[in-house]
Amino acid sequence: MGPGLILPRSPAADACPASRCSRTDIQEGTHVSSTSAPSLHLAVALDGTGWHPASWREPVARPRDLFTAGYWADLVAEAERGLLDFVTIEDGLGPQSSRFLEPDDRTDQVRGRLDAVLIASRIAPLTRHIGVVPTVVSTHTEPFHISKAIATLDYVSTGRAGLRVQITARPNEAAHFGRRTIPLIDAYDSPSARELVTELFDEAAEYVEVVRRLWDSWEDDAEIRDAATGRFVDRDKLHYTGFEGRHFSIKGPSITPRPPQGQPVVTALAHDTVPYRLVARQADVGYVTPHDTEQARAIVAEIRAEQAAAGRAGQTLHVFGDLVVFLDEDPAQAAARRERLDVLAGEPYTSDARIFTGTPAQLADFLQELREGGLSGFRLRPAVAGHDLPQITRHLVPELQRRGLFRQAYEADTLRGLLGLARPANRYAAAVA
Amino acid sequence: MTNPLKQIHLAAHFPGVNNTTVWSDPAAGSHIEFSSFAHFARTAERAKFDFLFLAEGLRLREQGGKIYDLDVVGRPDTFTVLAALAAVTDRLGLTGTINSTFNEPYEVARQFASLDHLSGGRAAWNVVTSWDAFTGENFRRGGFLPQDERYSRAKEFLATAHELFDSWRGDEILADQATGTFLSDAKAGAFVHQGQQFDIHGRFNAPRSPQGRPVIFQAGDSEEGREFAASSADAIFSRYATLKEGQAFYTDVKGRLAKYGRRPDQLLILPAATVVLGDTDEEAADLAREVRRQQVSGATAIKHLEFVWNRDLSAYDPEGPLPDIDPVVSEDHISRGRAQVRMYRDPIAIAREWRELAAANNWSIRELVINTGNRQTFVGSPATVARTINDFVQADASDGFILVPHITPGGLDGFADKVVPLLQEQGVFRADYEGATLRDHLGLAHPDAATTAERAAS
Repeated sequence: MGPGLILPRSPAADACPASRCSRTDIQEGTHVSSTSAPSLHLAVALDGTGWHPASWREPVARPRDLFTAGYWADLVAEAERGLLDFVTIEDGLGPQSSRFLEPDDRTDQVRGRLDAVLIASRIAPLTRHIGVVPTVVSTHTEPFHISKAIATLDYVSTGRAGLRVQITARPNEAAHFGRRTIPLIDAYDSPSARELVTELFDEAAEYVEVVRRLWDSWEDDAEIRDAATGRFVDRDKLHYTGFEGRHFSIKGPSITPRPPQGQPVVTALAHDTVPYRLVARQADVGYVTPHDTEQARAIVAEIRAEQAAAGRAGQTLHVFGDLVVFLDEDPAQAAARRERLDVLAGEPYTSDARIFTGTPAQLADFLQELREGGLSGFRLRPAVAGHDLPQITRHLVPELQRRGLFRQAYEADTLRGLLGLARPANRYAAAVA
Repeated sequence: MTNPLKQIHLAAHFPGVNNTTVWSDPAAGSHIEFSSFAHFARTAERAKFDFLFLAEGLRLREQGGKIYDLDVVGRPDTFTVLAALAAVTDRLGLTGTINSTFNEPYEVARQFASLDHLSGGRAAWNVVTSWDAFTGENFRRGGFLPQDERYSRAKEFLATAHELFDSWRGDEILADQATGTFLSDAKAGAFVHQGQQFDIHGRFNAPRSPQGRPVIFQAGDSEEGREFAASSADAIFSRYATLKEGQAFYTDVKGRLAKYGRRPDQLLILPAATVVLGDTDEEAADLAREVRRQQVSGATAIKHLEFVWNRDLSAYDPEGPLPDIDPVVSEDHISRGRAQVRMYRDPIAIAREWRELAAANNWSIRELVINTGNRQTFVGSPATVARTINDFVQADASDGFILVPHITPGGLDGFADKVVPLLQEQGVFRADYEGATLRDHLGLAHPDAATTAERAAS
């Protein structure tokens, strides 16, 4: 069993109230696998027609359908067919851009996107097992709104919701809101850039803290419908957040009762010490971008140290590796496809994550190798959604199953259950008890 | 027939968090589980209703400094539920109440554009305002808005949202795989807005949605609210559901349209209405009384009296007489997070009036609250209710109704099964949907219709 992969159920975890979850989301710790090696977790990151900027030019890409529900429903159905743990849905509060922190005027790439939480909610009733994890931007949005939105996504999906928290340092996105000015930073390693980014990530950590407290602001059994006294709720089981942070104070309680999972799954992408700290303090799953096993080991070590420093050493915190994938039956075919797309894009594709080009079996080898660095799963970014996602679900997954590294069927009905995370006790109930 | 009959518009309001909703009934289900919303929406769509309506409140109500616990408490996020309902319905309009004070135009415009895309053109926005610092405590900037600025913010919010919706014409996405041109216009989505409330610029990142803009609802009743509706709304969610009051409101608001260059049919008046059905009118009347007793328990009656008295009346017996003491007149109100208490502008006079009413009728506190509270709008057999609704609409008391059932989620089932077929037989309600979008159902033109016609004519 890999470090922190599937921990026994925490003694602090409460019993699942019968009214909320009669299902299998308390199976962590008894996570059954017929093989000796623990399963890998697999997620797919959905972004438009795929992660390569020329992906929309591929015949399978359906670029005209991007703004329809059917497009997203088909992708998520494909991911569920492959028994994946969850999909993430990228988002942003401005148009996509080929520049790091500024908009561009390009007309040869996909521009425009729909709100990721709404996409997730639109497809949730059409699926049964797969987790849905939209991106939310902490820098310009309200934690109160996002907390109830993700809680509601959890109700709509009956326990399969999560979020991926993201900051934005783009000045143009700040100008869309007009509530704060964000200076244009040139490089992430200048002192002013570090200061800004640290500030935005600190704010994100507070943001997630508020979102989590609001999820707990109703105890599971707060709704009593007591005909004798005429009371619908037991108000002693509704809690103000008591949160007064550096960036904001939010009173609570939420207007939405505690979601089915108690705490939906919080995830974040991280490339450096500051974001690693956010992952260590607040996330259930962190996505990292090692290019080899040694890097993975170093990153995981840093996150585990921060995790211990944050007092979360005993809690399950998954660290997933992010990879962009070009997959074909023949490695030369995958390489040729990548090259063809690069030609269409006018430049070689680069990424924060390692770009893998090869066969599904070669990818399985590489995932096995990388996991030795302490990763418990992967979030794959299909270069072309319409091509590389089916490669993952129809070829990579069976290959991993053959190796005893991936589930044969969904073994839990909630996202926390799939990830081996206990349904957590309510922080406010625990304080009283 | 010389005058064709007006077609009735009908909508389904998901039961709310006030005492109209009877949670204690054995048939009452969850107000949070998605299955309740799905049941409710499917019933409305089966009955060919125009749309489903969701209210919103951004802070749990309090009374006497404590969370109010006698009514349904808690609701889901509006946008998230509506997006999910788009997956389980095909034609039903999806109307969400979204506050213009504790949101920003870029985000809300993007959410409505997204909802409109994801529902194939069924989104509507009920624009509401609030200013109170109480609600503000749940938000980053707190209670920042003076009361007298709430409509100026709402108006500018809506105007700004329209600028964002209109920042895409709708023909920019070519997605031409052969030539590699995704956008025909590098400036798609460009906007600049400089005003009192908002100073924003950049690129809107949600392309134009099927309806162009969501259908706009307005629910305020003040002079400002009526002008706001007359200038900018497609429909009003009103509270005047009696024949006389309805006609007065209808005449007033429709009369305001001309000065904005609008026709009477460009603004629909849709009052909230409650219905109690029985096999006979007598049975329905009995049932209506029973429902009102369910809606006003003794404890609820005391709390409602406190809205006017503005003081703790917990020592009073709901089955006893009204308090002799006078209300406390103060800016500081015992009830917070509730719009209704603002209606009592002269509590001393109301208290006097209520005492006289109670004395004259020998009513207890509870009986007074039951008898002075909102009666059900339509009570009777299906035939009576269908006829009355049609009479109201043909007499210009409204263009239809937003029905507020008292039971979740099955409270609309009887109306769908028994009243709707009668309205259909009378030829005043659609037998099936004729269009795909909410604008189609409501008979509202697409915002681009005028420009399209101009282009065609030139």
